[in-house]
Formats: sequence, C-alpha cells, structure tokens
Amino acid sequence: MSETLGRRSFIKNAALGLSASALPMTLVELAFAKPEDSFTFAYISDSHIQHIKGTQFVRNWDRGLIRAVAETNLLTPRPDFTMFGGDLAQMGSKPELDHGAEMLSKLRGKVYHVMGEHDYYLDLGEYWSKLFGPQYYSFNHKGVHFIVLNSILTYDDWTFNRWPSAEQRMVEMSGLDNPNGSPFMVGDKQRAWLAKDLAKVKKDTPIVVFSHSPLQKIYKGWNFWTEDAEQVQALLAPFDKVTVFYGHVHQIQYNQIGNIAFTSAMATAWPWPYPQSYAQAQQLLPKLTVQMNRADPFFERDATGWQFIDINSGRADVSFSLYNNTARRIVFDPKSGQPQDTAYQAADQRIAPQTHY
Amino acid sequence: MGPSIHTVLAVACASLFSGIALAQPLGLPPLPVPADNPQTPEKIQLGDKLFNDKRFSSTGEVSCAKCHDPQKAFTDSPLVTSEGINNLTGTRNAPTVINSAYFTKFFWDGRSPDLEDQAQHPIINPVEMGLTNHDPVLNIVRTDPEYIAAFRKAFNKEPLQVTMREVQQAIASFERTLISGDSPFDQWYFGKKQDAISEQAKRGFDVFMNKGRCVSCHTIENDHALFTDNRFHNIGVGVNRIQADIGTLAPAFLKAKADGVDVDKAVLSNPKASELGRFAVTDTLDELGSFKTSTLRNVAVTAPFMHDGSLKTLRDVVEHYNNGGITQKTDPVNDFLSGGIRPLNLTDQEMTDLVAFLETLTSPQFAAQKQASLNPASCNVSTASAASSTPARMGGAQP
Repeated sequence: MSETLGRRSFIKNAALGLSASALPMTLVELAFAKPEDSFTFAYISDSHIQHIKGTQFVRNWDRGLIRAVAETNLLTPRPDFTMFGGDLAQMGSKPELDHGAEMLSKLRGKVYHVMGEHDYYLDLGEYWSKLFGPQYYSFNHKGVHFIVLNSILTYDDWTFNRWPSAEQRMVEMSGLDNPNGSPFMVGDKQRAWLAKDLAKVKKDTPIVVFSHSPLQKIYKGWNFWTEDAEQVQALLAPFDKVTVFYGHVHQIQYNQIGNIAFTSAMATAWPWPYPQSYAQAQQLLPKLTVQMNRADPFFERDATGWQFIDINSGRADVSFSLYNNTARRIVFDPKSGQPQDTAYQAADQRIAPQTHY
Repeated sequence: MGPSIHTVLAVACASLFSGIALAQPLGLPPLPVPADNPQTPEKIQLGDKLFNDKRFSSTGEVSCAKCHDPQKAFTDSPLVTSEGINNLTGTRNAPTVINSAYFTKFFWDGRSPDLEDQAQHPIINPVEMGLTNHDPVLNIVRTDPEYIAAFRKAFNKEPLQVTMREVQQAIASFERTLISGDSPFDQWYFGKKQDAISEQAKRGFDVFMNKGRCVSCHTIENDHALFTDNRFHNIGVGVNRIQADIGTLAPAFLKAKADGVDVDKAVLSNPKASELGRFAVTDTLDELGSFKTSTLRNVAVTAPFMHDGSLKTLRDVVEHYNNGGITQKTDPVNDFLSGGIRPLNLTDQEMTDLVAFLETLTSPQFAAQKQASLNPASCNVSTASAASSTPARMGGAQP
C-alpha cells in the first residue's frame, strides 16, 4: 500500500498506514467508551526448544522464539503482559526449559505461562513448576478475569503405570497418530478448582481462559482435543463473555461454541502440517504423514508466527504476525456473535489464497 | 507487457565485440514496458541525454551517470557508498542500472514502484543531486533549445507542457535499453554450449542450486534468469551493526515518520535509520533489516557488495552466507534474520567453486570493459549503444 512514497503523499500514506488493521505495530490507542478498560497483551506459543547435545540446540526453533521475543519488545504501545502458550520445550528436559526460559527472560514486562505436553511428560511438570510456578491459576487484570488451565493431563493409568521410563512416556505423548498416545484432559481436580474459582466471579465479567490444547474437540489423533471439553465449557456457560485461547495446533483456528469464542495461536517453531521437502540438511522435524502445501519450505519461519491481542469490551481482537505472509486478524464480531477473520470471511468475500511465487 | 523493443547496450572494445547483438539477449525474458510509456527512439535518446546531464544538481557536477557510470557497468565501483554533491556520501551502494528494467521495485528498500517514479528522487535528495525541488530541472528542459526540440520530437509537447512526468518517462525509457544477458553462464545453461564455462564453475552452479541455497532468492527460470526474486530479506547485513539500538530506533523512526519525516531523505542521510531496511517503508516488523535481492548478473564487475557496500569480494559474500548471516563467525546473529538464512557448512572448495560460478554471469561487453579498465592501453573503451528496431544512435551522450 505505501510503496509509493512521493513526498507530498507521504504524510497521507503514513496516516493511512496507522489506521490499517494489518499493522503489527500500532502507535494509536484504540478509543473505547472506557479507555482504561482497553489493553493489549502479546501471546507467544509452541517454541519447542530442542536440545541436541552439550550446548547445542536446534537452531531453527531457537531463531523462532528469539524473533518473536524481539518483535514483541517493539510493540508500541507496550502490551500489558505476555502469555506463553506452552510447549516451550520439545522433550521436557531441564536444558531445554532453561534455554527457553533464558530467551524468554529478554521480554519486557510480566510473562505468564501455560503448561504444554512437551513441557510436562518427562518429569510431570516438576522442573517447569520450579521455573514458572503453579500449573493452573487465575488473576484479574483491568476488569478481565484470566484463567490458566493445565489441559494436557491424561488418565493416571497411562501416566503412571504404562511406561518403563519417563523418557519413553515423553516420546509416546509427543507423537501424532500414535496408537500408544492418550487423550488430553483437564481432569476432575482442576475442574473442581475451576468451579470454585468461577463462583467468585460476576456473570458479566469478561473471562479469558488459556489452555494448551483446544478446550474443544477437533481431531483426536493429533490431540487437537480435550477429553472433558464439554464439562469445562459447561462451567464457563453462565458467563456473558468468554474467550478461550489455545496453542498446540500450530495453525490459525477460530470457532464459537455457545457463549465461548475460541482462537488458537501460531507456533514460533513450525506449522502443522508442514513440508519436509527442501531439507538438504538434518531438519529434526517430527515425522508426519500429511504434507502441507502452504508454507514455503525455504523460509524456515514461513507459516509460523505470534500474536498480540487487544481486549476491548471484554472481547478479543487477535492480530497474527506471520512471517512472509500477510498479517491476519481474528476479531469478535458482536453482530454475528462470533470471532471472524477480517480478511477471510464468507465465501463470496474471501481474498485469494496467499502465494509466494 | 508492452511491445518489446529489445535494445542492447554495447560497451566494448570494437575489436573484441564488433558485432552488436540485435536479438533478445540470451538468458533474459521479454522486456516489460508499461503501456503508458512505450519505447521510442526519440524518447530513448532524450532519456540518455537527461541521464547524463549534470545541470540537474545543485552544484552542476552530478548527473545520474555519476553513480551509475556507463564505464563501470552503471555503478560507481569501487566506492562503498555513493558520492553525491560536494562528495557527500549516502548510506547505500549504487546498484547497477543494467537489467533494472526487469525489477518490480526500486531502491534497496523498494520504496519506489517503477523506473519512472524512481528517477525523480535522487535529484532532490540532499546527499545525491541536492536540488530542493524539481523546478530547476523544468527550467532547463523548457528553455534549452536542444531539450525543447527533443521533447517536441519525443512527446509532441511544447516547453510549458513539459512536466517531470515526461522527464521521468524519458529517463526510464533509456534505462529500459540497458539490458544485458549473453554471459558465459547463459551460453552454457540456455545455449547448451558445453565448454562455455569451466568445470569448476559447473561445480559452483551445483552449489548455487543445492547446498548453497542461493537459487531460492536469486532465481533461475526455465528459459531465462534474472537472479532476483524481487523480494526483501534480512540477511544480516547492516542490521547487525544496529542490534543494540533497534529497541529504541524502530519505534522512534515510526513516530518520526508519522510526524512527516521524509523516508527517502531519512534513510540516505541517517546511517542507523538506513539499516532498518524495508521496515522503514512498510512499517512491518517482518521486514526489519530487509533489503531487496539484487540481481547477480555482472556481479563480478560491480564490487563492493550488499546494500551498504560492506563486503569487498565475492568470497566475502559467500562466507557471510556460509556463516548463516554473519560476516565474522563470532558476530551475534540478529534477532530478525530471515528464515531462509542459516549456516551452510560449505567446504572451502565449494565456496571457491561458487565464486567461479558467479564470475560466469558477466555479459561480454562488461567483461571487456573490466578487462580494458585493468589494462587501459589494450584498446579504447567507448560508450555506444544501438537499438535493434530503430536506427537511432543513443550512446555517446557523455557531456
């Protein structure tokens, strides 16, 4: 849009740029009835920091997290906090979690964390909790009630009795289409806690829930799934405005179930599914049967990204920052009562697919 | 695509290059010509004159050709960054005009969409030609009898009807004649002449296509090769120098821009702002520190390299990529590095081979020119150009 920077049109162009919705950096505070209720936060997820040996880590995943952190630090106005959506590590090891935490420490401001299965199934979250604190919790921020759940638990028998070693347990849970896997769940204990936590919250208070897996059932074979999703949704049903954010899926998804708006996060590591062509060097991508025809395999950051979220009127306006691609926004539309992609809408309004060459 | 009038600029020793190629140069696609600015001999000749006119600068000493010198493959090699009026230096290395007809964006950060638009900016940049506005240019072209006649012939316009639009169109038309293929690589790859390049260069081509990952941005098609994807990438040049400042610099630049600061002036006069790259144009974080993929044609005669001229030799360039976007192995990688850049683990031999391949991309006229400049006594170099479909003689307009 602002390719032409003729001197006279320049100021005009700059002004247009600022009002353009796709900008990842905005200098303008959006105006709301109660400006003090409006705020933004950044949301980075699924970095999958992977230890090779000694001081060696997979460079590709490192670069993804480093870049998301550096870009988040440039956001103007500054986000109130950053949420990390889980799967900081790949195999849950101490070196991976330490290395990831070190990179995240460059973020300005408060960082909250969600537990991912890759962080959990080696030592059942022990070291993660040492670094980042409780695995489920809630907090209030500018009139919004935030809840963080550990949604990647599973049946005790699978967790405690099935595997000869913690390492194997981690490997089995990290596989896709793995008949040895087990569905994720929030579980009785946390749901009881959630019910108690919500009992204190007024029904018109906006609620934002973070989980690693979707609190809805999408595809069981890849654990795009939470076994007790309906029971969690039932606990959230009495509230006017509920938004659920989740990671894990490494792609943009959004959905509306009853009063609950769902939006996913992109990964900083790789997209699901992804291409395995153009390797030329060891890639360390997990094995996968379904290929992606969307991402450009040369640009390792293609089809990855991060997001920042504008909370206004208690509803979320999610901006996805996507490398090599046009930024996208998923905005809650009060008219239709559901989140909508601002560019990809009804079939007759869709823009053409993104192409590189 | 407009009508393609293929003209070839010949800059060579007559003895080495007596026959001027009239067909479309081997290795290049049909010439794109905008529908509203068709190529005509009169316009091309006028553009050549404008390109070389030093009066379009505040000191009367700088023409387009100062930094895009026909004797130096239309660059100012070996300068690191270009020198404008009063020897003021900008922040960027002059890219060659040769084959710019095929580019889809102009300037290193792509802030201009076409050759016509591009031509107006250096004239009024304070470190280039230094005029405060375009009025002096219009004064000259509206009063100089030669220009009056030339604009009548080229555009059928009377002096007072001539505007910068016509001036820019004429310069662009001239620049569209500066196309050049027929390199040894073209003879080998498209012309199927097995002995056109050495075995070493052929090995280098394999590195270029595969392990070196070069071709992903410096593209080669089935029937032609422009060696550019016309896109923008952070490859760790320039931006590496400002890493510590980005946190304050990037937001401050956006603020200044919103307040009306001129991007063209800011990026050429402020070395740190310059390194923000295409971000300065589009405001998008994804393009922080990104610059345009330059063509590789004639790269062996246009040193130094990169947007800031910071790499002296092709070997330096290859090593920078081999290190994964850092010039010295111990430098820190910048946070915004393009996802396509990663360490390549090329062997010393592979890097040598790759450089040998890059040296096969020089068109014969510029190879001859380079040879002559290294050995001035060997022959007289003169600038001359000819158009295949026109009788016009367009060269020799050195003022």
